[in-house]
Amino acid sequence: MSQGRVADVIIIGAGIIGAACAQALARRGLQVLVLDAGLHNATAAGMGHLLVLDDNPAELALSDYSLQRWRKHAPDLPDGCAYRNNGTLWLAANAEEMAVAHSKYLNLQAQGIVCELLGAGALRQREPELREGLEGGLLINGDGILYAPATANWMLDTPNIRQRRARVTEVDGHRVRLDDGHWLSAGAVVLANGVQASELCPELPIEPKKGHLLITDRYPATVTHTLVELGYVTSAHNAKGPSTACNIQPRPTGQLFIGASRQFGTTDPQVEGWMLAKMLKRAAHYMPGLARLNGIRAWTGFRAASPDGLPLVGQHPQRQGLWLAVGHEGLGVTTAPGTADLLVAQLFNETPPLAAQPYLPQRFLGEPVYA
Amino acid sequence: MNEYADILIIGAGPAGMAAALAAAPSGARIVMLDDNPLAGGQIWRDGPQASLPVQARQLRERLQSHTNIRHHAGTRVIAHPGPKQLLVEDDDHGWLISYDKLILCTGARELLLPFPGWTLPGVTGAGGLQALIKSGLPVRDERVVIAGSGPLLLACAATAKKHGATVLRIVEQASLTSVAGFAAQLPRWPAKWLQSFSLFNRHYRAATHVIAALGTDRLEGVRLQQQGKIVELECDRLACGFGLIPNIQLGQALGYAIEGQALAVDTWQASNRADHYAAGECTGFGGSELSLAEGAIAGYSAVGDVEQARQWWPRRARWQGFAKALNQAFTLEPHLKSLARPETLVCRCEDVPYAALTEHSDWRAAKLASRCGMGACQGRVCGAAVEHLFGWQPSALRPPYSPARIETLMCLDDTPPA
Amino acid sequence: MPELMLDGQALRVADGTSVAAALALGGNGCSRTSVSGQRRAPLCGMGICQECRVTIDGRRRLACQTLCRDGMQVETQP
Repeated sequence: MSQGRVADVIIIGAGIIGAACAQALARRGLQVLVLDAGLHNATAAGMGHLLVLDDNPAELALSDYSLQRWRKHAPDLPDGCAYRNNGTLWLAANAEEMAVAHSKYLNLQAQGIVCELLGAGALRQREPELREGLEGGLLINGDGILYAPATANWMLDTPNIRQRRARVTEVDGHRVRLDDGHWLSAGAVVLANGVQASELCPELPIEPKKGHLLITDRYPATVTHTLVELGYVTSAHNAKGPSTACNIQPRPTGQLFIGASRQFGTTDPQVEGWMLAKMLKRAAHYMPGLARLNGIRAWTGFRAASPDGLPLVGQHPQRQGLWLAVGHEGLGVTTAPGTADLLVAQLFNETPPLAAQPYLPQRFLGEPVYA
Repeated sequence: MNEYADILIIGAGPAGMAAALAAAPSGARIVMLDDNPLAGGQIWRDGPQASLPVQARQLRERLQSHTNIRHHAGTRVIAHPGPKQLLVEDDDHGWLISYDKLILCTGARELLLPFPGWTLPGVTGAGGLQALIKSGLPVRDERVVIAGSGPLLLACAATAKKHGATVLRIVEQASLTSVAGFAAQLPRWPAKWLQSFSLFNRHYRAATHVIAALGTDRLEGVRLQQQGKIVELECDRLACGFGLIPNIQLGQALGYAIEGQALAVDTWQASNRADHYAAGECTGFGGSELSLAEGAIAGYSAVGDVEQARQWWPRRARWQGFAKALNQAFTLEPHLKSLARPETLVCRCEDVPYAALTEHSDWRAAKLASRCGMGACQGRVCGAAVEHLFGWQPSALRPPYSPARIETLMCLDDTPPA
Repeated sequence: MPELMLDGQALRVADGTSVAAALALGGNGCSRTSVSGQRRAPLCGMGICQECRVTIDGRRRLACQTLCRDGMQVETQP
């Protein structure tokens, strides 16, 4: 470490992305300082769903690589991380959606991702709580779930990582300024603070996308796989106005985790009754028995969304010394390992384990101004 | 089903009943909700092993005689979808109630602090045991130890004894001086309070607290710190509660200001929100007489009967004096914060031990890391405990304000606001 | 005097008896098993602590705030 530097790398944000990057860098022998303002954003609120998404090849590559890493390192995770390899079951409500399921199946199989197509009968056999009349589904066996806050904490509990509760008010390349006025300097600064990122770098095209969630009381053995409607991909994921899609996750505790909703243009964290009702109706449409179960808590979170649905991972093209790992929207937990490996490879100037090009910040910010 | 009330009253204990009866002569359409099967709150809980005082019976009869008072039993408030609208739920269905004026009479609950063994079957609150006995819990020939703090311990002992239990010991954590000082003032208050007070009860021990509840699958005994000595007693039930804390969660969620851990109200029992009132234990503990006075004032205020409301002020002032004396006498000693061991569960819903909390500096961080407060009680038990133990302010309640059926939440209008 | 079924056994109780009291009248008083496997019984008696959650006629309800009715089917949580 050079004089005046508090660490080799300063990471802004102790959510799952910042934590994964910190762990990866620390394991390479770097001294890492993680600064967090204690705002508890998407990592705290989210569903912790680990899933491969194939809206486009880059998304598939990053999510698949990351899932492989999660599955490989799952035995290292302590019990509190509640990792389960329970698979995702994409639900097709009609022939049109079943055709989408079929083409996803072919696409994923071609990538070597294990999945199964299920007809109507097989679907209800696997998940008896689903309503009659669904066309079928696509089961992606390698998907899973985990409890993200505990996982982030576990990642941060690595030698060479120091943490500090602090709010960063200014970023200047490899230096940051805290709200007490002090400047801290490092070899590099990594911005990994999700929706907060555009406060420090207004040029970042990150928009907050509000989501509602609800969790039920314990009803063990009701649902096995994470149930997601295929309409999720076509409608909710890419919509502009407020939208909901069925997303039902069985927690290891026997509780059911219900999502998913999306709203743009608001930063109000209040639970909105109309959106909660809309979301629950959508979920109950697929699982009618849900209506009789007790919901015990509801809350909201904000996803950091980028214009093309892919994160920004790499050097900031105009601010030398500043690196970005932001804009993961609903795939932050899933793609944390891939993000960390991409970032580390770029920092060390090594060949990344997957092509870094699609996630480079310059696609939005312009070409690099420095060598 | 949508319902409308001119005056909506939450809670049918002494305060809620008094508010309804005060408002009734105006002809206003009054709706009163309570989560218990019968009106009366905690102090006048009815049941096969309860004996309601005459006053309580009379109030219930008067309530039933007014055709403009509608009482929904077994009903809880779930959400606040509009400025003057609540989503509520009972055993069968959920529905919306719109109102012009709201009076919160949500009462108080016991402060339950964690100590080794407190999760064993056989351990209850002190008010908890009393409530369970009144609703039919058999305790004949059971050996009971009653512990914690406050006059409720004696009321619990009386109920237990009446139904055949053997009360081995009444264990009060406050010092003898404090309790004696309070008892010395008792002649200022009506005889019915004196009846339930007997310092000459040979089983009463001041400056004593429970160190542990003992047993494997069930309570088998207790270990006490009794005036400096360690004492172990075999017993079948331990009823332990550390005084009463106001139920402010709903008020807080509705935007009421909080003062001294209770809902803040003015001399008209009005909160900072226009047309929103509160009365009874949720505005500060003080006993049923104070609740009746506050409820009456709230009811009269809500219908605009200023004269009648004012007439109750002297009665309220008198009973506020009693409340003050009570709270001072039974202040909790600091050593109660050290009862829990590292492995003692603090959050009973999620089974989170004390050790999982101590490394954090605030409620939110502790909750996220350990899941403390994320269970069905929505932090009402553990939140009160950690506030006492660590001084952490629990966060405000979000909807659902109580566990609610998803079909009830689906009653909410799902169209976005304009 | 209502007769209810508690974990498959018939039980007759006095009018106005709560399901929480019935748990003790007809069994060992326990209502559920906690996350870490401990048996639990009603604690607060007033609908706050959620320890007395049982299944009543197919729905998850609080035993301490529910009165026994004729024909009621009560199942404690395993």
